[in-house]
Amino acid sequence: MKTETHMTIDRIKCDGHGLCAELLPELIRLDDWGYPIIAQGPIPERLTPLAQRAVATCPVLALALRPKSRPK
Amino acid sequence: MILLSAVVVLGVLSSLRFQSAGWPRFLTPALHRNLALMMLVFLTLHIVTAVVDPFTHLGWLAAFIPFSSYYRTLWLGLGTIAFELLAAIVVTSLLRNAIGQAAWRLIHWLAYASWPVAVIHGFGTGTDARSAWFVALSIGCIVSVTIAIVYRLLQPPADPLASARGEFRAGISRRPNQ
Amino acid sequence: MSGLRLLAGPDVGAGAEGYADHVRRLGQPTLAGRALIEALVRSGLTGRGGASFPAGLKWRALASASKGSAVIVVNGAEGEPQSHKDRLLMTKRPHLILDGAFLAARTLRAASVVVYVGEEHRAAYAAMERALRERHEAERRITRMAAAPHRYVAGESTAAVHLIDAGIATPTTTPPHPRERGVAAAPTLMQNVETLGHIALIARYGDAWYRSVGRRGAAGTLLVTIAGGVAKPGVLEIEAGTTIAEAVAMRGGLSEPACAVLLGGYFGNWLPAAKAWDLPLDAEALRAGGLGLGCGVVGVQPASRCGVCDTARIMRYLAEESSAQCGPCFFGLRALSDACSRVAERGTNRDDMARLKRWAAEVEGRGACKHPDGLVMFLRSALSTFSDEFASHPAHWRQQPA
Repeated sequence: MKTETHMTIDRIKCDGHGLCAELLPELIRLDDWGYPIIAQGPIPERLTPLAQRAVATCPVLALALRPKSRPK
Repeated sequence: MILLSAVVVLGVLSSLRFQSAGWPRFLTPALHRNLALMMLVFLTLHIVTAVVDPFTHLGWLAAFIPFSSYYRTLWLGLGTIAFELLAAIVVTSLLRNAIGQAAWRLIHWLAYASWPVAVIHGFGTGTDARSAWFVALSIGCIVSVTIAIVYRLLQPPADPLASARGEFRAGISRRPNQ
Repeated sequence: MSGLRLLAGPDVGAGAEGYADHVRRLGQPTLAGRALIEALVRSGLTGRGGASFPAGLKWRALASASKGSAVIVVNGAEGEPQSHKDRLLMTKRPHLILDGAFLAARTLRAASVVVYVGEEHRAAYAAMERALRERHEAERRITRMAAAPHRYVAGESTAAVHLIDAGIATPTTTPPHPRERGVAAAPTLMQNVETLGHIALIARYGDAWYRSVGRRGAAGTLLVTIAGGVAKPGVLEIEAGTTIAEAVAMRGGLSEPACAVLLGGYFGNWLPAAKAWDLPLDAEALRAGGLGLGCGVVGVQPASRCGVCDTARIMRYLAEESSAQCGPCFFGLRALSDACSRVAERGTNRDDMARLKRWAAEVEGRGACKHPDGLVMFLRSALSTFSDEFASHPAHWRQQPA
């Protein structure tokens, strides 16, 4: 079993601060109105620390990292 | 006082979502947080040196219970209050994930109370309170924070959905349980 | 076989069937508990609120989640503007619905029942209230009415829970789903009124009876609303598997030549008429073809109406019905709607067509509820069905009424 980490977002809490896109541009970009578009799929291991920082920096706690186990 | 003023200004700028060509948005809350923690270190130092100062005869109790010292009771008491407010703000910020956004926000608003209390404490107790450099520094801090707060009050909410959300909710709210 | 089961009994024009008549005509349900749940599973009955989820599976899940505090929400909100079937059932056969609700309450060990009806659907609200007063004390005691505000999203599951709990009918983030944590944080069964009506009959006659009618391999009956360019628009009870052409014929046929059909209401799909006529009205069969029955609205589009303009009109409505909680929905749907309106009013242009495609892809899946997804699905089906019209739309805005 391989445990992957996915980023989830609470779309109602998200107010379009955009700090996440600044910290994790590899996975997050902003749409035309300043709200994040998050790349689907598991977070590459090398980006996990940055992802954790992005989650912690969100001013409204809209982001979270959730583990999802898949058979290898 | 300087650090606290800088922290308050950065906090206001964070809520305004400040950014410029060379200054990304994330820098403002990051600096706000780091300066706040640094301020806490200096504040602890300030309290410790004040308590162990043989001239003032302050017990450790004075650092935690407001208005419990004989030495400049009122002004020191304000300092204790400011310290406790700031401690609450920092602790809740560090534990924000556990307590949730709503509780964190409520306590964080106390920042607007802690700053004037700290400044008044400084004028009341400081042995250098009458010296020119201290007054100049204080005026600088007071002016900066005041400008920041006034500017914040005059701006519309930075959240682009604020008014639309409010309008929709007003139209869709009903008394539960007819 | 007339296909009438829900609407069997006294003439539909006669008003609501009272409790005494209802019991005299149909007796009492005989199936209960696990036996009822298994009968529902075997019947293949799917939800009639729009998602077409198998009712038996829903009940099974709730039976295990319920610890005696479950809540049953009788969803008669019918927010889809073109749909009338739920209102009809509530005003004519309220006791079928209430039977289903109280069967659910007993089977799923629920502590309370909430009857959720649109505030603007006064006749339906009054009919359900009156019917409730005719029931036994034990049933009346655990039940209350709740009025859904007159907004499109008010009928959505989490919005309904939010209204009942806190008085505000805005959707909330899932997880947790209402079936796990709904009204008063208890597992909540959100069931459409028509589905409950079917359940009330299955509890009397069984799943084999339910499956004994149906065309082209489908089973059971369903209510559909035939709207638009037909001689007699209105609600129809049909055997599952009836084609759209057959259903239209039952309502007097076309009133004028048709070019397209909107299947499933605004949260549905446009189809070219030629493709639509032979489609069977059955949730499973439609799903196999990548379509959905939705709330069973069949909107026949006359060839004399402009598909582009009607699409723009409906998109504006859907955009304005966003609950303004999520940026991509509120801003994205407005932007999509503006682009479509520009094409309708000023004529086709490459930029707006490109915007429609780009924003549709960006907005999809980025709301807390499925509202933006519904609009994207609706728009894409319009772009496909009316592709010629979109490619060369002149600068007009046909001021045609809805």
